Amino acid sequence: MEINLNGKKIQSRSKTIMELVLERDLNPGSLIAELNYKIIKQENWEKTAIKHGDNIELLSFVQGG
Amino acid sequence: MLEKDFFIKTEKQPDMENDALLLGGVKFSSRLLTGTGKFSSRKLIAPMLEKSGSKMITIALRRVDPDAEQENILNYIPGSVTLLPNTSGARTAEEAVRIARIAREAGCGKFIKIEVINDMHYLLPDNNETVKASEILAKDGFIVLPYVMPDIMTARQLYDAGAAAVMPLGSPIGTNRGLEMKPIIKIIIEKSKLPVIVDAGIGRPSHAAEAMEMGADAVLVNTAIATSKDPVLAGEAFGLAVKAGRMAYLALMAEKKDYAAASSPLTGFLRE
Repeated sequence: MEINLNGKKIQSRSKTIMELVLERDLNPGSLIAELNYKIIKQENWEKTAIKHGDNIELLSFVQGG
Repeated sequence: MLEKDFFIKTEKQPDMENDALLLGGVKFSSRLLTGTGKFSSRKLIAPMLEKSGSKMITIALRRVDPDAEQENILNYIPGSVTLLPNTSGARTAEEAVRIARIAREAGCGKFIKIEVINDMHYLLPDNNETVKASEILAKDGFIVLPYVMPDIMTARQLYDAGAAAVMPLGSPIGTNRGLEMKPIIKIIIEKSKLPVIVDAGIGRPSHAAEAMEMGADAVLVNTAIATSKDPVLAGEAFGLAVKAGRMAYLALMAEKKDYAAASSPLTGFLRE
């Protein structure tokens, strides 16, 4: 299926946010996930399903002034 | 032996112990705000905070880059220091509001530095969009610290919008040129009912002291500390400068004059 991840269309087989994070080789520790403009708490990533056409943002805090 | 009277303090001692900075009802023991940007090593941030005394530091929010090393900047900031997420990257009020809400939901507290920039050359903030975002976020319970071009009307609008301070820039971000906007900032300090935090462009401790002497409530320094050869020492220097400037302000320093005024009596010895 095709999803919109961080502003880019990508193909993914992941069924949940957690699967997507691991599929992209990311460390969940420091991540913030937004599914269709709604923040999904990390404890709910495993049970939050994603589907074709979803808009997902994976964000983190970085250095900045 | 000196008389006891010699040690009697002047009537109005500036009370530095109780001179906390108050932002949105929260007290801060330091009037130096710092930023996490541009440090060559994140490990320098904690000792810089300790030496400078700064109790509030900015962070930014970004999309993760799967190819870059993942950093969790929050691991490098001591728990005693208040996080000030910024909305950098936002070009409209709407985008700033979205970033602010994400930061809060991610557990970063109620403080937000609103930064709306769509002039990508000089990186000057968009005051209109900033006022709009401030109003929305203040109503939403945030403690809003808006970064703006120094402007009196904007300062007033931010007060009406419910902001907790106004943060005029001294000079463009990262230029280290100091208080180029000094005359306007001075008027804002005089007229604004909100605390005034001079943000951006402060390149040297003397600039920070100058802002504080003038009556600014605080300054925010990032680049000058982070890109110095020794950010921990630079942080300490800025901490001292902010304190010195504040003390000077509280001590009601004498005004500049156009003509000389002798500090010793000119008459009474060699001639009348």
